[in-house]
Amino acid sequence: MIQLGIIIGYLGLLLGLGLFSNRLFRGTVKDYMLASHSIGPFLLLMSLFGTTMTAFALVGSTGRSYTLGVGVYGLLASASGIVHSLCFFVIGVPLWTVGKRYGYTTQIQYFRDRLNNDFIGLLLFPILVTLVVSYLLLGVTASGAVVNRVTAGAFESWEWFASSGYGVPIPAASAVVCAVVLAYVFFGGMRGTAWANAFQTTVFMVLGVITFVTIANAIGGTDNFFENLKRATESISEAHRSRERIPKPVFFSFLLIPLSVAMFPHVFQHWLTARNAKAFKVPIVVHPIFIMIVWLPCVLVGAWASSPISGIPTGTPENEVLATLVRTHAGHVLGGLLTAGILAAIMSSLDSQFLCMGTIFTEDIVVHYSREERFTERQVVLTARVFIVGIVVVTFVLSLFPRAVFDLGLWSFSGFAGLFPLVFAAIYWRRLTAWGAMASVLTTIVLWTVLFGRADFGANRRYAFPESPVVITDSLSIPPMLPVVAIFLCSATVLVLVSVVTKPPNEKTLARFFR
Amino acid sequence: MKYAIWILILLLLVLHQDYWQWDRSEVVFGFLPYSLAYHAVISIAAGIVWLLAVYFCWPDGLDDMAAEDVGGDARE
Repeated sequence: MIQLGIIIGYLGLLLGLGLFSNRLFRGTVKDYMLASHSIGPFLLLMSLFGTTMTAFALVGSTGRSYTLGVGVYGLLASASGIVHSLCFFVIGVPLWTVGKRYGYTTQIQYFRDRLNNDFIGLLLFPILVTLVVSYLLLGVTASGAVVNRVTAGAFESWEWFASSGYGVPIPAASAVVCAVVLAYVFFGGMRGTAWANAFQTTVFMVLGVITFVTIANAIGGTDNFFENLKRATESISEAHRSRERIPKPVFFSFLLIPLSVAMFPHVFQHWLTARNAKAFKVPIVVHPIFIMIVWLPCVLVGAWASSPISGIPTGTPENEVLATLVRTHAGHVLGGLLTAGILAAIMSSLDSQFLCMGTIFTEDIVVHYSREERFTERQVVLTARVFIVGIVVVTFVLSLFPRAVFDLGLWSFSGFAGLFPLVFAAIYWRRLTAWGAMASVLTTIVLWTVLFGRADFGANRRYAFPESPVVITDSLSIPPMLPVVAIFLCSATVLVLVSVVTKPPNEKTLARFFR
Repeated sequence: MKYAIWILILLLLVLHQDYWQWDRSEVVFGFLPYSLAYHAVISIAAGIVWLLAVYFCWPDGLDDMAAEDVGGDARE
């Protein structure tokens, strides 16, 4: 009950922050969606980092390390440290420049202008919504699982809660978290989101370190922290300390997953909030270090959980490993605080994603297809808010059919990574045509849908493509890899081939984007 | 210098694919599995290389380009 009280207190604090930021709201669309381009380097770092570190980073990494071992860090953390910053630099900075110059709020506005084609927006809209919703599901599913696990047994006298281990039922916990995030996004817009992200990023980084120390001390069982670290690590099996459970081609193919960040619509929106180009420098440099600070303890703790001395039952579901560790090894007060930290990481992504959904619906569909001056500023903001509510409800309903957080994330990221060739070519390749772009987008979504279906919609965690090695010669074959490789290569190839054989874009359009 | 930085970034990506030490399972500093320590060093190296990149490869005039009056969004 103490833990539940702390969690409720934390959620209340966030609500207060959202309501306070509403007092600073200037009432304009640009302020609601982009905080009037006022975000400096520190807030940009914290909001970009908080946005990209999701349930995937904390709950997913710990759970997958419990299954596969410490190689999980190399799969995504060190790769993201290189590739995320690369995307901020070579994609984010140029997009901020044209976005600020031409007044864009969404990616679709940019692509419509850059390709001088209206239909690309209609094509991209449902695809971006589908991929973001599958990403949102990560957070909603994980938040429910974490609260349920940590509060298990708190309602022992309530028979209603028997089926959820006498803890808060997963759907109820997910619904409350969604409602809190919805409230501060609804009232605070981008400014509230950026502030909440900075606050929550600080919370989950500080509490993450405390979690690490607490669990290490509990598993080691001595008064000496360093000795406890040694004992905990020595208890990890050799298989979990090496990468023998991770096939090399799969490890290689994970390198493409972080490219997805270049096409996340919520990251695009955060980029556009930057006050000036220099504000990007701090996030580009510090992002890899922040990733290390969060991922390294999570992965190590997950590997510790796989050892017999961790007190974690064998066969614990991946999504529940971190929460079970907290519940087993932290006291009630600390357990409540640590759970708040986990929720902070989850919510700091949900908020941006909810906001960007409202933004692209309003800007790219409602405003774009209405006659000029049809809506007042107030009506546009209201439309965004209503769509955000709709998206939250849809996501919540879908979260009632849970999948492993790690795998759900991978599928979402694979779709976005398949769109990377589009944004890269739009910035750097004059010969890109609207036909090439549309063919590439269609290829991505068709292939993604087919492979997602082949993987039982994420239920088959070991799905790889090609499904068995393709032998080319006696000494050369294509091994099974993550589906993202096939999606990315097909998308890029189709983009180039179709662009080359279709009519080149007109010089007037190109002159606006290339110097 | 710009080319040197981009070569360093490529080198980082190559070093990230460390197939030559796949099965190493020893513990370093008494508590860190080798594979984890190696990739933590890759993360730190990435921070350093990106520091060099923003110092030596940062494009000039971005804010001026962004501020050009092109009759952008009227709502702004």
